[in-house]
Amino acid sequence: MSALVEARGLRRVLYGEVPATLINGIDMDIYADEFLAITGPSGSGKSSLLYLLGLLDVPSAGEVTIGGRPTSKLNETARARMRLETLGFVFQFHFLLPEFSALENVALPMRALGRYDDARIRKHASDILASLGLGDHAHKRPEQMSGGQRQRVAIARALANDPKLVLADEPTGNLDSASSAQVLGILRDMCGPGSGKSVVVVTHDPGLAEQADRRLHIVDGKVSP
Amino acid sequence: MSGMLPLVFSIARTHILSRLRQTLVGVSGVAIGVGFSVMMASIMEGSQEDFIRQLVDSLPHISVTDERREPPRQPADQAYEAAEIRGLTTKQLRPGIKNPYAIMAALEGWLPGAVAPSVQAKAVIRFAGRDTAVSITGIDPKREPDVSKLSTQIRDGSLDALYKSSNAIILGSGLAKKAGARIGNSVIVTAGTGRTLSATVVAISHAGVTQIDDNSAYVLIKTAQILAGQTGLVNELRVKAQDVLQARAIASRIEAETGYKSTSWQEAHEDLLSAFQMRNFIMYTVVSAILMVASFGTYNIISTITHEKTRDIAIMKSLGFPSATVRQIFVLESMMIGVMGLLLGWLLGYAMSYGMAQIEFKSPFMDATRLPIIYAPTHYAIAGLVALSASVIAGYFPARKAAALQPVEIIRGAS
Repeated sequence: MSALVEARGLRRVLYGEVPATLINGIDMDIYADEFLAITGPSGSGKSSLLYLLGLLDVPSAGEVTIGGRPTSKLNETARARMRLETLGFVFQFHFLLPEFSALENVALPMRALGRYDDARIRKHASDILASLGLGDHAHKRPEQMSGGQRQRVAIARALANDPKLVLADEPTGNLDSASSAQVLGILRDMCGPGSGKSVVVVTHDPGLAEQADRRLHIVDGKVSP
Repeated sequence: MSGMLPLVFSIARTHILSRLRQTLVGVSGVAIGVGFSVMMASIMEGSQEDFIRQLVDSLPHISVTDERREPPRQPADQAYEAAEIRGLTTKQLRPGIKNPYAIMAALEGWLPGAVAPSVQAKAVIRFAGRDTAVSITGIDPKREPDVSKLSTQIRDGSLDALYKSSNAIILGSGLAKKAGARIGNSVIVTAGTGRTLSATVVAISHAGVTQIDDNSAYVLIKTAQILAGQTGLVNELRVKAQDVLQARAIASRIEAETGYKSTSWQEAHEDLLSAFQMRNFIMYTVVSAILMVASFGTYNIISTITHEKTRDIAIMKSLGFPSATVRQIFVLESMMIGVMGLLLGWLLGYAMSYGMAQIEFKSPFMDATRLPIIYAPTHYAIAGLVALSASVIAGYFPARKAAALQPVEIIRGAS
């Protein structure tokens, strides 16, 4: 079974007066239909690894291959295009655009991709929101919604362009237990058998990690056995 | 990238509408800049055009005189090429234009305009014991209306009144006031040649230009010839061109054909026109400065928005918005402020120009009763272009900074 994402010899060093090594030689694969949890203590490099896998950051050394395509030589525009087409992000904070409604926020990546016309984009955005139980909140702004609702809108936005890989950084970190369970359920369902999708979640939450298909424990920028 | 434009427009519009107060301040800044620029240009060019029009109307478009550009070669000069001639004195009497009526007939054959003869003489007018220096022009009242506005500038009396008495004279309004003379008064005219005659004031002219009204008087050609002591003298041909802007070219041709010095109104007022050019340069510099200052307001607003929107920019970039799209969003916001400002500015400029045109204004040098304003599309176009360019530049720098932002730094910080 070929991997959806392959990372080889991944290193990330912040070069300052005192260089800091965030990721120190990680090899890993992510497969389709897989729910992978990345765990580890604070400052271990979990989020940094997620940013490298999501092409938000550039490794100091090593290579990330997504869908068989190496990314280290891609320019900024090509990396942005790959993020738009292949990846979806969910962060600890919802990071919705405050002036836009839930529907508009979800439509944003689709409009940027330009694959569909406006009517189809709106329909698709409405469908995603409805599938996440937010059909009645489509025209609300983020400030008019609860934390759990906002995070579900952020998940809807991550799913808008039907990405192969969803990367979530502490997606339940700011949610109560009920909302956490709801969000977790959504993420878990996304990468069910035969979906062809993968979800990678960075978390401190042992309960969430237990529900993952596989766990990757990071300590000091390395995969801990 | 064109597919992104509706999205870019939509985000830009949302940003500026969500900061309505700041946007209004920016729009007002541009509008005031454009409005004042348009008004300034309208007034300054309006007054300039009015001044030039009065000058052109009050003098012949071309004056052909009995002078030569180069002094005639002297016999000694011809005999000894290297000789330098010094201390030559001019003839006491002006030579006059030879065969003036034949030259006039020849000119009328091709000239796009009209031509009339005149005699120029310097004299002193004495009235009630007061002497006033005057420049006398001998004219033909029948031809004069074809070459000058003198007939329309007569306030009291008429041009034909010159025929009513044997020695009739028309005085400029300022001259009449200085001398204290009125219509019907007899004045003593003493020419530079020493000849004296008594003339009756039959009309008062008013050109609206102080220099002319204070120093000019008009008599019949034959009266001027008597004063000059030269029967048959015509020392100036006055030409009015159908197109005033062709005066320079026509003057050159007349000079080439007749050999006599032909001075167009442009040449006669070269210094003034140069001064106007300089004034226009200064005006457009000031106008540009006003608009540049206005653009600082736009810069400030776009900078503030990009600063406030740092997190949103990071999110958009993390979603996959290219840097160019982020840059376009903020440049477009700046352009929106610029366009709204310039549209309002055009309205404001027109309204202020119209308002200024209603103000009554008295100048000791000009005759205008209201500020002369011109409504030239060029003024609106220039102000609009400068305002829009300044807005784009003002938006570009914060936009470039926003586009260069690394999303991971913001996301890491926010997390």
